[in-house]
Amino acid sequence: MPDRRSFLQSALAAVGAAQVPAALAAKPQQAATVPHAVQAAPAQPVHLNINGRDYSLSLEPRVTLLDALREHIGLAGTKKGCDRGQCGACTVLVDGRRINSCLTLAVMHEGQRITTIEGLAQGEVLSPLQQAFLEHDAFQCGYCTPGQICSATALLDEIRADGAGFTDDEIRERMSGNICRCGAYPNIVAAIRAVALRRG
Amino acid sequence: MQSIFYQKANDVADALRLAQQDGARFIGGGTNLLDLMKGDVEHPLRLVDITHAGLDRIDELPGGGLRIGAGVRNADAARHAMVRERYPLLAQAMLAGASAQLRNMATMGGNLMQRTRCPYFTDTAFSHCNKREPGSGCDARQGYQRMHAILGASPACVAVNPSDMSVALAALDAVILLRGPRGDREVALGDFHRLPGDTPQHDTVVQPGELIVAIDLPPSSMAHHSHYLKLRDRASYAFALVSVAAALDMEGRTVREARIALGGVAHKPWRQREAETLLQGRPLDEAQCRSAAKRLLEGAQPLDGNRFKVELAQRAIVRALQIAGEGV
Repeated sequence: MPDRRSFLQSALAAVGAAQVPAALAAKPQQAATVPHAVQAAPAQPVHLNINGRDYSLSLEPRVTLLDALREHIGLAGTKKGCDRGQCGACTVLVDGRRINSCLTLAVMHEGQRITTIEGLAQGEVLSPLQQAFLEHDAFQCGYCTPGQICSATALLDEIRADGAGFTDDEIRERMSGNICRCGAYPNIVAAIRAVALRRG
Repeated sequence: MQSIFYQKANDVADALRLAQQDGARFIGGGTNLLDLMKGDVEHPLRLVDITHAGLDRIDELPGGGLRIGAGVRNADAARHAMVRERYPLLAQAMLAGASAQLRNMATMGGNLMQRTRCPYFTDTAFSHCNKREPGSGCDARQGYQRMHAILGASPACVAVNPSDMSVALAALDAVILLRGPRGDREVALGDFHRLPGDTPQHDTVVQPGELIVAIDLPPSSMAHHSHYLKLRDRASYAFALVSVAAALDMEGRTVREARIALGGVAHKPWRQREAETLLQGRPLDEAQCRSAAKRLLEGAQPLDGNRFKVELAQRAIVRALQIAGEGV
């Protein structure tokens, strides 16, 4: 039985050719704006440690960490929203720090510990933030949620390290890099605050 | 994104050597460069990764200054104990910029080199941009001008520098250390970014093949009386309409020395010594702050879409000076 993602991929591929408007399919201007004749850089070996597991990949240098996760490794929990560093849906943790995986190259992260939404639970036991997002109904469509939870995971450590308080204003300011178009912000803040206060 | 070659530099000499290759560009955090490459605005052929080149140190300088390596991440500099203690203005400005994720990635050098967010520059759907395609014109002249310059602009370009960090560095008299094929040189922050003139394609005075290695901060007697005020269209994660870095050296209520730098109004952080000297040797009162603000905005040439910035900037200057004057 195909999962939702592979079903969507094959369904989109089937309709894609017929329904892409000609104006979008053709990009006549692109060649003219590239100043040099572009020679393709070959794929090269890239070794990544993701959620405690080592992956040996063969990637072109231009592949972002986000695309490596989703398209090459099959960890589709990390989401592609804007793909331009504006929405935060692609947030992952690298050596415990939150970053936008869409604005960095996979090849730049050899030797680091990468944690995605798939790596936060301990087996069947959800992380405290994952559980709190459920309890506080902190999402609607869910698309931004993996990024929100990864971001909030790092935020808990950052606020403590900075000696700041877990006020709603502080949480909102520090979560401003994660956009939620359903507007679940009040419940997202509540979920984060609940975990922070429980931990003391 | 176009195809690119990638090489990792193990030290500064390695980076400079690799940068000699045709179409090479340095990459640090990549938050601006990769974004512009995806948008078909930047077209490097090869990227030289300088994040392993040993540029990530923060060292004390004799006399109480600091040297911040160009590869230090913005979040790490803003959180560093000596930066917070000696240059709270810089920490405050950096934390007012971007998001936590981006600050964890972006480097000090990259922040200095970041390009304008003028939409007519970043979106290739617009065909006239002298910064992107020299000689093609400027769509901002007839466009949406809320985010554009009111000072120091030219017929060719009305873009603004988007950095918060650079505004604070301007007020702190920072010095940029560059290393290139022809050796080392130092550039004062105020001379680092250019006004657009006829060549808006050049944002800074950095020459091809040159690398920013560090930012030097001279000793400051203004740590207790400084404030970064950023005004924007939403409370967080937005570029400045107007920002002010204000720093004062106070003796009681009397101003010994004042610094005021403006962001969001020009192609570079905007300072005028004459405006600052108006405040010196007097108590900090509102009338004096207004005079200084008026002087700093002298010669402003707003566009139809950003006339509000002239008054907004002056009020922001007065408020930033007053908050700085109250001290910590």
